[in-house]
Amino acid sequence: MSAFAFARAVPGRFAFTRSWSVRIGLTVVALVLGVAFIGPYFAPYSPSAEPGIPYTTPTGSFWLGTDYLGEDVFSRVLSGGRTVILYGAFATLLAYLVGGSIGLLAGYARTRLDDVLMRAMDVLLAFPPILFLLVVATGAGSNIWALVIAIAIIHVPSIARIVRAAALEISVRGYVEAAIARGDRTDVILRREILPNIWGTIVADGGPRYTVSILLVAAVNFLGLGLSPPAADWAMMISENRYGITINAWAVVAPALMIAALTISVNLVADGIAGRLGKSVDTEALRR
Amino acid sequence: MLLAFVSVLVFGATQILPGDAASAILGRSATPAQKAIYRKQLGLDKPLPEQYWRWISGVVQGDLGTSVASQLPVTSFISARAGKSLVLAIAALLVLLPASLALGVWAGIRRERPVDHAISVISLALIALPEFVTGTILIAVLAVSLRWLPPTSILASGGALANPKLLVLPVLTLCVTAAPYLIRMVRAGVSEAMGADYVQMARLSGIPERRVVLRHALRNALAPTVQVFALTVQYLIGGIVIVETVFAYPGLGQGLVQAVVARDIPTVQGVAMLLAAIYIVINIAADVVVVMLIPKLRTAG
Repeated sequence: MSAFAFARAVPGRFAFTRSWSVRIGLTVVALVLGVAFIGPYFAPYSPSAEPGIPYTTPTGSFWLGTDYLGEDVFSRVLSGGRTVILYGAFATLLAYLVGGSIGLLAGYARTRLDDVLMRAMDVLLAFPPILFLLVVATGAGSNIWALVIAIAIIHVPSIARIVRAAALEISVRGYVEAAIARGDRTDVILRREILPNIWGTIVADGGPRYTVSILLVAAVNFLGLGLSPPAADWAMMISENRYGITINAWAVVAPALMIAALTISVNLVADGIAGRLGKSVDTEALRR
Repeated sequence: MLLAFVSVLVFGATQILPGDAASAILGRSATPAQKAIYRKQLGLDKPLPEQYWRWISGVVQGDLGTSVASQLPVTSFISARAGKSLVLAIAALLVLLPASLALGVWAGIRRERPVDHAISVISLALIALPEFVTGTILIAVLAVSLRWLPPTSILASGGALANPKLLVLPVLTLCVTAAPYLIRMVRAGVSEAMGADYVQMARLSGIPERRVVLRHALRNALAPTVQVFALTVQYLIGGIVIVETVFAYPGLGQGLVQAVVARDIPTVQGVAMLLAAIYIVINIAADVVVVMLIPKLRTAG
């Protein structure tokens, strides 16, 4: 999605594919998305069926062997990617919806909201994200949506600050003042004049943020605090099957490699896009 | 001040579903009467602000309450596990800091050369890997295939220090996860200094390259090292939670996760407050040290 946004923001679309790391990244992203979204239709077994005995090594009928319940690992790898990709996307989009709106309004209206945002950031930065998620999980029980909202909350203050700074810079430009003088409504000014001009900043910031959301969703699922067992999820598969790693290592290694491919490739693409927009990826956002 | 906000956050977040703790602990078969007695025993029948006040006044006096799972004080839970986590964290720091400083400086000095590109691309790729994926792959390769190291760290008597082999994989995992970020920070600092005017000047005045790098470039680039150190410690506080779970290492992080799963609210609150407090103290200490090192910043405050 960010690729399209990028194409609109800068002339010479797809020019950013010239770098090798971005080409490799894009290819791997496409492959992983393909596995995650088309793969389930080709799975030989239902991901929650238990056709074999636990921890069989790979055979002709179970290409990657079976897991701790005797479920087919290959089918579960094909079915287990959507959760982390989608919940990560929900969390990131929700964060931009809330944080972006606050930042846009604060920057345009030039209010003293900045102090409030700074304090909110101080409190959140005083807390390792994973600790915040653990505390929320204690209060809300194993509820993936509560955790998605919590991940969004982690992002909101810093998004609001970035968007606010960008909007503040744009809102004093001549074309914005012309629009105000024309008597355009505020929402029209925000949508037509300001948003298109800060889009690049948002896209460059969004890539690493999505990576972080994926990491956090995967972490809570690994810890067993998000989804619950019959569901297939790469991170959950790792924790479910890790005690059988000496018997059928594929049950753990296959989902681990899929997560690695996903996070690395998303990050390479994000870095390439940010580089083409003349912005370096904000590694501060990747800090854990 | 900040700690007060954090304590409200910790307390509030654990109370999203109030009263549920009693049902979670006693199980579904508990009668309403049993639950009511239990709530009274825990003080859960009081209004939330009063509960918060009771909890926080205990915390200030060093009383973190009683674990609802084990019926033991939370402080004894912490003291039994904190030492093990500390050993793990210090071991990781001892490997992590020299290694990432060396690699970062190396890449920075050779900027725009193959070494720099290789280090930069690899660290960019690794920066996005979750700990439990790194840990799992390391277990699969080093413990299962090659059989060099034990796959989990279920501690025998004598603790981690008596069995240093157990520490290798968890430490390695923490390093692979945290190093890329640190390397990129150090590299950026050194690389900037190497392009600065005063380095050019030193070169042009005929000072040997080694001396230029050591005396002129590094001295200025490594002022942020303090911050690198603080960031590493802060990362480790979150990182040990996952890594201890991956390797079944019986430290504070693994205990915290178990307490979350068991919905042992007093334990979660106590451990979370402790970790957050360490995090904040490190942050403030780093700021103070940086201001002491860089005289320019002193006037700003």
